[in-house]
Amino acid sequence: MILEAPLSEEVVRSLRLGQQVSVDGVVFIGRDEVHIRALERRRQGKLLPVDLEDGILYHCGPIVTRDSRGWKVIAAGPTTSARMNALEPDFIREFGIRAIIGKGGMSRPTVDAMKERGCVYLAFTGGAAVLAAQGISRVRSVEWLDLGMPEALWIVEAKGLGPLTVAIDAHGNSLYEQVEEEVKKNLPAARRRLHDMEQKSP
Amino acid sequence: MVADLIEEAVVQLLRDAVTALPPDVVDALRRAEARETSEVARSQLRIILDNIDAAGRLAVPICQDTGVHVFYVTGPVDASVEESIRSGVARATEEIPLRPNAVHPLTRENPGTNVAVGLPHIIYYPTDEDFLEITVLPKGAGSENMTALAMLAPADGIDGVKRFVLDTVVKAGGRPCPPTIVGVGIGGTSDLAVSMAKEALLRPLDLPNADPGLAALEEQLAEALNLTGIGPMGLGGDTTVLGVRISTAYCHTASLPVAVNLQCWAARRATARIYPDGRVRFGRSPFDP
Repeated sequence: MILEAPLSEEVVRSLRLGQQVSVDGVVFIGRDEVHIRALERRRQGKLLPVDLEDGILYHCGPIVTRDSRGWKVIAAGPTTSARMNALEPDFIREFGIRAIIGKGGMSRPTVDAMKERGCVYLAFTGGAAVLAAQGISRVRSVEWLDLGMPEALWIVEAKGLGPLTVAIDAHGNSLYEQVEEEVKKNLPAARRRLHDMEQKSP
Repeated sequence: MVADLIEEAVVQLLRDAVTALPPDVVDALRRAEARETSEVARSQLRIILDNIDAAGRLAVPICQDTGVHVFYVTGPVDASVEESIRSGVARATEEIPLRPNAVHPLTRENPGTNVAVGLPHIIYYPTDEDFLEITVLPKGAGSENMTALAMLAPADGIDGVKRFVLDTVVKAGGRPCPPTIVGVGIGGTSDLAVSMAKEALLRPLDLPNADPGLAALEEQLAEALNLTGIGPMGLGGDTTVLGVRISTAYCHTASLPVAVNLQCWAARRATARIYPDGRVRFGRSPFDP
């Protein structure tokens, strides 16, 4: 299934856990510093340089080069979303984003904010930076470049960005929590494996 | 030693390291894909392998996080070596390009070159050989951020070490970009344990530990970690780790330090040996003496 940005709440709510999708249209690339600055601006009553409503946020710090024709994305895989755990619930509520692309998943408060506002988490394979760059057709603009290349707010156009897995849906379900439960069940077997062989003293 | 030669070799090392993975790592990923029983896990590994192919074809970095750069230097070392490595890193950042990752820890100011106070991090082992050997390990933050150190009690023994490794990998979950390689440093001082855990990652996956006891321990840990079901990218599956690498050192009689340094699947490393006559030999791990 192809998701075309901006997204409607209806489309987002219809996505099922584990479903594979790709993304077309405008994507906002932002990570740690973008979250900090955007929320700070909002607290000060200032506008952001772009309207994020119904948009797709990509947790990523890309490698981008510039030549006479403009910016070119060289490598743009996802970054660890968990670093944004403390900021994301507010970010979702304040700016009305409909999807987050990232890796590694996010904690319960973010899952709850996603359920409340109609937002999903799309998992991209960590390190798949070249495939990701091939799914980005153009850099539309960049804001806050003073934060440095990895931390700036990049506004890009995606064409077939993916494959992405719906890993947190808009109904409070998280694939990561399901795997965590499985891991808990598997731990006794893993521990037994550590002790069922008498270790020769090294 | 000609400074230009070292700088040139460093640029080449970084290019090799970030655009193509060592063959032992690619082989391990291929075997994991063939073995996986979970469909999601197989698809994650397929994407990883496709991405490695695409990076090789286009000669661009496999992952956008080209890391901060840890160098291991053995040979006749003088002060000029550091200068050449630093200028090589700055040039590679511009030419390859690498992502400018090095920032001030508090102001987060980014000089844009990956060269600043403390970075690149260079570890020296002076020798009387006439050649200089330089190995680079570009370390991404996703896996580096999961580093853990425990100062165990001697009574915790080998069981305590095993428990700590398992707990660290489970706690990290999908964040370090599994399947990972698990570097473990046992013994030494606290700082030496952490340093050994990272340096242990330089040993290729197809080269067993020279100590048979440690080789068995590595195997056992890898099997147990793969029973957790964390899987590629933490989305579940049979492949949580590609291997475990252990280094040890003697420690204080009242201590048992153990450190874990995780390496994401993009296990990048490259080595150059530079001879006084100007010949340079390139490889993907430290050469045998």
